Amino acid sequence: MRTFSYVRAPDVETALRTIATEPNAKFLGGGTNLVDLMRENIERPDVVVDISRLPLTGIDELPGGGVRIGALVRNSSLAAHPLVRTRYPVVSQAVLGGASAQLRNMATVGGNLLQRTRCLYFYDEASACNKREPGSGCSALGGFTRNHGVLGVSDHCIAAHPSDLCVALAALDAEVEVESTRGTRRIPLTEFHHLPGSTPHVETALAPDELVTSVELPAPVTTRSRYRKVRDRASYAFALVSVAAALEVRDDTVTAARLALGGVAPKPWRATEAERVLLGAPATEESFRSAAEAELASATSQDGNDFKIELARRTIVATLRDLLTDRSAA
Amino acid sequence: MTQTLPETTTTRESVVGKPVDRVDGTAKTTGEARFTAEFSHPDLTHAALVHATVSRGRITAIDTSAASAVPGVVTVLTHHNAPALKSPRKVTPTDLSTMASGTSVNYLNTDEVHWDGQPIAVVVAESALAAREAAALVRVTYETAESTVDFTAEEPAAKPQKNNLVMQGSAKKGDAEAAFTAAPVKVDRRFTTPPLHHNAIEPHATLAVWDGDRLTVHDATQSIDWLRSHLALRFGIPTRSVRVIAPFVGGGFGGKGFIWAGTILTALAARATGRPVRLVLTRESVYRTVGGRTPSTQRVALGARTDGTLTSLIHTSVTRLGRVGGTPEAVTSQSKHLYAAENILVRQNLVELDLVSNAAMRAPGEAIGTFALEASIDELAYELGMDPIELRMHNEPERNPIDGKQFARRHLREAYRVGAERFGWADRTPEPRSMRDGRWLVGMGVASAFHPSMLFVANVVVRLSVDGTVLVHCGLQEMGMGSATVQAQVAADALGVPVESVRVEYGDSTLPMAPGAGGSMQTASVANSLLAACEKLERKLTKLGRSPQESPAAVLAREGLPSLEVSVGSDTRLGRMAGQLRFMSKFLMDQRRWMKAALGAHFCEVRVDPDTGEVRVSRWTASFDVGRVLNAKTATSQLKGGIVMGIGMALAEQTLIDPRNGRIMNPSLAEYHVPVHADIPPIDITYLDEPDPTMPLGLVGIGEVSITGVAGAIANAIHHATGKRIRDLPITLDKLL
Ligand SMILES: Cc1cc2nc3c(=O)[nH]c(=O)nc-3n(C[C@H](O)[C@H](O)[C@H](O)COP(=O)(O)OP(=O)(O)OC[C@H]3O[C@@H](n4cnc5c(N)ncnc54)[C@H](O)[C@@H]3O)c2cc1C
Ligand code: SF4
Repeated sequence: MRTFSYVRAPDVETALRTIATEPNAKFLGGGTNLVDLMRENIERPDVVVDISRLPLTGIDELPGGGVRIGALVRNSSLAAHPLVRTRYPVVSQAVLGGASAQLRNMATVGGNLLQRTRCLYFYDEASACNKREPGSGCSALGGFTRNHGVLGVSDHCIAAHPSDLCVALAALDAEVEVESTRGTRRIPLTEFHHLPGSTPHVETALAPDELVTSVELPAPVTTRSRYRKVRDRASYAFALVSVAAALEVRDDTVTAARLALGGVAPKPWRATEAERVLLGAPATEESFRSAAEAELASATSQDGNDFKIELARRTIVATLRDLLTDRSAA
Repeated sequence: MTQTLPETTTTRESVVGKPVDRVDGTAKTTGEARFTAEFSHPDLTHAALVHATVSRGRITAIDTSAASAVPGVVTVLTHHNAPALKSPRKVTPTDLSTMASGTSVNYLNTDEVHWDGQPIAVVVAESALAAREAAALVRVTYETAESTVDFTAEEPAAKPQKNNLVMQGSAKKGDAEAAFTAAPVKVDRRFTTPPLHHNAIEPHATLAVWDGDRLTVHDATQSIDWLRSHLALRFGIPTRSVRVIAPFVGGGFGGKGFIWAGTILTALAARATGRPVRLVLTRESVYRTVGGRTPSTQRVALGARTDGTLTSLIHTSVTRLGRVGGTPEAVTSQSKHLYAAENILVRQNLVELDLVSNAAMRAPGEAIGTFALEASIDELAYELGMDPIELRMHNEPERNPIDGKQFARRHLREAYRVGAERFGWADRTPEPRSMRDGRWLVGMGVASAFHPSMLFVANVVVRLSVDGTVLVHCGLQEMGMGSATVQAQVAADALGVPVESVRVEYGDSTLPMAPGAGGSMQTASVANSLLAACEKLERKLTKLGRSPQESPAAVLAREGLPSLEVSVGSDTRLGRMAGQLRFMSKFLMDQRRWMKAALGAHFCEVRVDPDTGEVRVSRWTASFDVGRVLNAKTATSQLKGGIVMGIGMALAEQTLIDPRNGRIMNPSLAEYHVPVHADIPPIDITYLDEPDPTMPLGLVGIGEVSITGVAGAIANAIHHATGKRIRDLPITLDKLL
């Protein structure tokens, strides 16, 4: 880790002013990703602006049935909040499926959105990586790719976005509110993260001087939602594949479907193809399978992550099936 | 002043076997117990390693200017300015401490690079943070040479391992190939296992202080005595000038049994700077500088008659060594002993790669060898339409299969009977995919556990005081097994005193020499000498006219003696050599006469998700034949620990070495998946407690046996659940899709 200076921001205004004037500064939320990356010399900020004491910790109901979540809400508080648990079970489940209890107690909502890939080569200073050093090459190609993407990847980078929370947020049409000295704007979660294309180092729509202040969830289309995470051990591992799903069925026909995938793409992957197939289709295993096939039709893979294509299909089907069975049980 | 009167009677209940609490339990839970990284010294400095990033070549330039400029940096040592070190010696049977060196590289005394990760510079600074910051700023240029690092690619070119006194590379009985060809029922399978790392919770750490030509090191070591001799050798000073202190070690599993770069370089840095230096390896440095378990490919071919009688057992393996060192691992060891096959052939082959040496890791060889053998036996059972336990019992030998030696003790039948009953094996329906629990496919599997038993030389001093206390001195190492606790139990019983009045001092090279904590032999070896010492003491007491009712302390009180001391073994140079020679000849004689081993039967139940292939181990019963158990509590912990580690090996663990360049890509506990709590079911441990008549107190070592067979049992259970045979570890879910 390099020596850096540390500023604790007492209020949003100071935070924004500091980040705007310091050329190489970073916000510090829970520090669970930033500090790790600083230790590995991957992130090398000169100034760290600690925002963890900013008053962005509320979870509030919005008129119209939505919920607004402050950017500094800890992951554990988010998962435990009654509004979240009852209206958006998928969010609560996604958060609890991630990391460990200790990490969730530290990690913030804003930091979770901006956590960086777990590509082994990105983490290794000695390996070439286009994301770290544009133009240096991608060591993952031909290397270990078990935690890499199969959708939306490019020849320049095949890294996957590791977040669980974001997958649930993507399924639910969340919007991210960001602020800078220049003002405030809102970015749909599905547009917040970028695909790598030829610029894998550009990861999000956030400008370097912008602060995430909150995430807003619209009223849920259904409270029948679920997060299924498939990983290499029972807990404390990133998703190989995850599925966030919400399903509304009337007279055995799908009347609403929200679906997003994790672990398979450089961004939380809203499964719009699958949703299109599902809407109005009979709520059967067969429809679920066609939806999954449609979503993964464009997938490309390496030796090490080829299994994810079939695993994603199966996990989609299994998750939708579970939601359906829940309904009959209810 | 009040005085407690010494007890006058010696009739007391035996404490050997009782679940006596660990003597260091309170110290560890309150944080009072100090591990190497917690020791300090006035004027202490801190070190960090710089690792090579090529697998073979020469350093052509090394730029330390940016590193040296970091505030707080004392020095940056490279091959240009490091003090001279003597090279490690070749291994000689007359001095077993020559085996101690992890690699043959003379660190910082050469510009040659032998593996990706080799330490090529050390930064010494006023703080650990400054040292690490500076280490990242050292810029190195290399002239690279061609290297071979890909085990899978090089494996076909492996060469046979030669036989020597202590290690057998091959063995045979009859003509196994011919018998195999002729057998009416057979299986012939290939298995692969990945490289693994120990991942002890405490990283390797050293604190070195020089006082003139005397060196004191605190070190997280499993081998206090070897470390002492090795440091003396490398720095060209007499052994008596080196003191090694290691009161507590936070797990080792073999990774701290040899001496690796970190330890040597800390002492070197302290020598160079004239200041005390502490180096606590980062987790990454542990992966890059300390060897781990070899990967393997294995072939097991079994031939049988239709009644299940094994006519042929062939087990061959390929494992790797580093070109700079390493030891062959006994992959086929169990295959010479577990089954009464009429013809047997085992052969181990080796390939040398430009990677750090492999290193012993809990049951080196048998842990992976039992996977292949026990999975193959299960496959044969299915070929024969026999119950896998029945097939094993049908081939249970009366004498050691490979050479007809007598078993010192063997109760594997009984272990299976007890285990099967506790586990409920009878409820299993043999057909694959025939058992379910909701959406989960349920499977049950068994496998045998096997690990050979050995003894080594240990010196002890025992002192009885008139206040009734007993002090045991022995330089043994405590890595969490409960070593001091169980030896106190041994002494208490031998002398007929309460266990609370025995104190064991250990973990220091100024104490009598003990063997390293490895090969499952520390406990029995020390107990062996301790018993001999206690007998000596008893004889002295008898000479003093002790009456049967009299407590030992009462004799001293009566005679007006403050204390009475006896010792076993001598710590002089000559004494040690004599001890080792005596031991070697006894060992070889013993080996010729008996086959001694720890044995067991694992029963496991798994659940497999039919959609995703996720595997959960849901139940475990293990039934052991491990001689007399000294302490029900510590033994159970030890046996459970091996099973946990085996579950990790079976389902998740794998060191990812990039085959393109030999670089370890997951040197962190976030990406190297050891099992977490949620992966481990309740584990039911039972043991027969049948003493081994050829071992002191009937003890056999139990440190390693329980990891053996675990992966086999899991693979067999997964087959039962899914109908799929996975012969490639770890059994990750993609292999089950
Ligand atoms: C071992 C391990 C396992 C993990 N497993 C999982 C898992 O299974 N699933 C999962 O989803 N996650 C997992 N995580 C990741 C964890 O969820 C993230 O590290 C965490 O959410 C990041 O939040 P933080 O507040 O600590 O972010 P920080 O580390 O503080 O910051 C991360 C980044 O976000 C920026 N940032 C933070 N807040 C803001 C803001 N308000 N506005 C603008 N920028 C901001 C920082 O500048 C930094 O670049 C794991 C982490 C570890 C270490
Ligand atoms: S996949 Fe992306 S992050 Fe990983 S090495 Fe390639 S460019 Fe870097």
